[in-house]
Amino acid sequence: MAKATFEVPELSQYIEVPAVTPETMAHSMPFVAKPEFQEPLGFPGELMDDWQQKAIGKMGELLGKYRSLRVYLDACVKCGSCTDKCHYYLGTKDPKNMPVGRQDLMRKVYRRYFTLAGKLFPKLVGAEEFTKEVLDDWYSYYHQCSQCRRCSVFCPYGIDTAEISMAAREIMDSIGVGQKYCNEIIGKVYKIGNNLGLPGPALADTLEGLEEDVYDETGVRVRYPIDEEGAEILLITPSADFFAEPHVDGLIGYGKVFHEAGVSWTLSSYASEAANFGMFIGSYDNMRRVAQRIREAAIQLKVKRIVFGECGHAWRVAYSFLNTLAGPWDFLDPRYPVPQHICEFTYDLIQRGKLTFDKSENDDKVLTYHDSCNVARASRMGDTPGGQFEIPRAIIRATCNHFYDMDEDTIRDRTFCCGGGGGLLTDDLMELRVKGAKPRVEALNNVMQEKAVTHMAAICAICKSQFTKVLPYYGMEMDQIVSLHQLVSNAIVLTGQDTEGDDEDETDEAA
Amino acid sequence: MSFLTMVYAYLYYFAALVLVVGLVYKVVQYARTPAPLKIPTTPAPTTRTGVVFRMTREVVLFESLFRGNKWTWIFGWIFHFGLFLVTLRHLRYFIEPVWLPIKLVQPFGVYGGMAMVVGLVGLWSRRFFVDRVRYISSPSDHLILVLLIAIGCSGLLMRFVFHTDVVAVKSFFLGLYAFDPRPLPSDPILLLHLLLVAILMIVFPYSKLLHAPGLFFSPSRNQVDNPREQRHVAPWAKRLEQE
Repeated sequence: MAKATFEVPELSQYIEVPAVTPETMAHSMPFVAKPEFQEPLGFPGELMDDWQQKAIGKMGELLGKYRSLRVYLDACVKCGSCTDKCHYYLGTKDPKNMPVGRQDLMRKVYRRYFTLAGKLFPKLVGAEEFTKEVLDDWYSYYHQCSQCRRCSVFCPYGIDTAEISMAAREIMDSIGVGQKYCNEIIGKVYKIGNNLGLPGPALADTLEGLEEDVYDETGVRVRYPIDEEGAEILLITPSADFFAEPHVDGLIGYGKVFHEAGVSWTLSSYASEAANFGMFIGSYDNMRRVAQRIREAAIQLKVKRIVFGECGHAWRVAYSFLNTLAGPWDFLDPRYPVPQHICEFTYDLIQRGKLTFDKSENDDKVLTYHDSCNVARASRMGDTPGGQFEIPRAIIRATCNHFYDMDEDTIRDRTFCCGGGGGLLTDDLMELRVKGAKPRVEALNNVMQEKAVTHMAAICAICKSQFTKVLPYYGMEMDQIVSLHQLVSNAIVLTGQDTEGDDEDETDEAA
Repeated sequence: MSFLTMVYAYLYYFAALVLVVGLVYKVVQYARTPAPLKIPTTPAPTTRTGVVFRMTREVVLFESLFRGNKWTWIFGWIFHFGLFLVTLRHLRYFIEPVWLPIKLVQPFGVYGGMAMVVGLVGLWSRRFFVDRVRYISSPSDHLILVLLIAIGCSGLLMRFVFHTDVVAVKSFFLGLYAFDPRPLPSDPILLLHLLLVAILMIVFPYSKLLHAPGLFFSPSRNQVDNPREQRHVAPWAKRLEQE
């Protein structure tokens, strides 16, 4: 079990709603961005002298730009429906981690400066001045929201705390209080092209290595091309796919699927990142700037289609926002949606009988599937609502013999976030990440006990990284989390594949 | 015309003005504020018709609240449905001749009044007994429930205990239309009931009662899930493209 400087919650059989215990997480704050990470994004380097006035001004600006913010700050009736829905509340017991508790940190300031009732009777309606203490609370608790939207499912008005967290982060950035993790990463995308800061040559090198590995394993020359002009498909995938387990196994899987489909494809070193952290900090400008790189790469490489790899918040930006931010896509092949998810691509091939699988290759595993929050509640796959739940499951069923879902209350649109989304996947928030993972790990633990589940598949780079790190705190193994396309990769029988290869596989793995 | 009638006449002109102007202002403000990104909570309908169905389920059945919390849903729905029936019943004081459906709904309106109070008491008790709800309640959240309960109880008292001259009440309100107020009966319970209703009307556009118009403007509920098919760009975002 991993060492912890805090108390790791005990898992229970059912979700237990904890009693309100104020301020348990008031100390949790991510590192503040230094000026060098603020300025490339167009934000002031450090907290300004007249920050209060500036912040109120910014709030006014955002209220005029975002209907969501305006309506959500007005509409809440404090009914309490959301209070037991956030994984961070369930894991930390801190009432400011109840969605409404988190919203109220901004709502009380909104009421004080923007509503008649709050100007006249602040005490009566819970309105408060924007003091330094309130700002500290903002910094702490708006970085304890993974923008997973679970609260918005249960709110009678659809109030989405993610919208409020994003606005809060945007306001804080505008007065010079940014979060190091997100802002440093966005800077890397501008400078190098991806979140991890992997330069083009390193990517090319990695991909060459993958080609050799796959050849050694299967005897088939599957290609992993980068910057190839004129390819049909541009693959945009999270940069974690280039180097870390279990992500890279997914990338190997995408390549095998493209190979079997017989289409040419390429990655781009310029747009070598699917994730768009501009969303996490609520910055339309930065989100747009990151998204524009994909457009530029698509034009430069003269591709006809864009496909996204496994990444949750990325798929939200891709599916829901890419057309808005970087469209119109009239120069691409109109027969395909822009963009497509790799799962849509693979599923379509399965439907058309183009892929052959040997499901027994995954017989060493009993699987369950984690619906990544932003795929589940902020996007879609396929033509019908809910395709984002059915398509990945159909792929698992096509490639694995043993699959069981977790408790219904914890999957599909009621899924729990992994605890690391929305710009919180950083070591300075480890306590929050471990505690926030509790509801998901609980549900996983239950199917492990009841159905002998051994592995959980996911289609999000953040989920995969988060579980790799967090599962050991709960006494589980880090490799219990797998990429969905890793399962595809294991089971797919490539045309011309050396079928005697099974034994070789074993030795390879042992080596 | 008595002083009392005058006071109530002006009170109701004022309350009606605040309610209408305040609500129109908020609705216009919501409508004019752009929603720059597609953010429906998915799975979401892919057509306009589908959105109308989703919204209808939210407005009539409180679908999301049902999924969220059964107790709040039961009390909340009983209250709102009761209030709806009560409002229909009360229409008879404001229209002449009274439409047939309003005549038919009269007996149900009484049950509605009772249901309304029961629902409100249930909702209020949650503010004391559920620690999470207690934590998020501010004084105004309690007061608005007190106000509504007082309106309901004073109304029921008039129906069952201290009857008032409803014909005179009706003629008072019809008189207001023509700026010619007729005498209002001076029963204390009626005056209290009317005072509280006027307060409710005045408070409406400045409080969380804005959840009523707000729901219709909630992007997570009212947007069509079709971002890949239709490009959606807000006017202020369009300006970025021209730079």
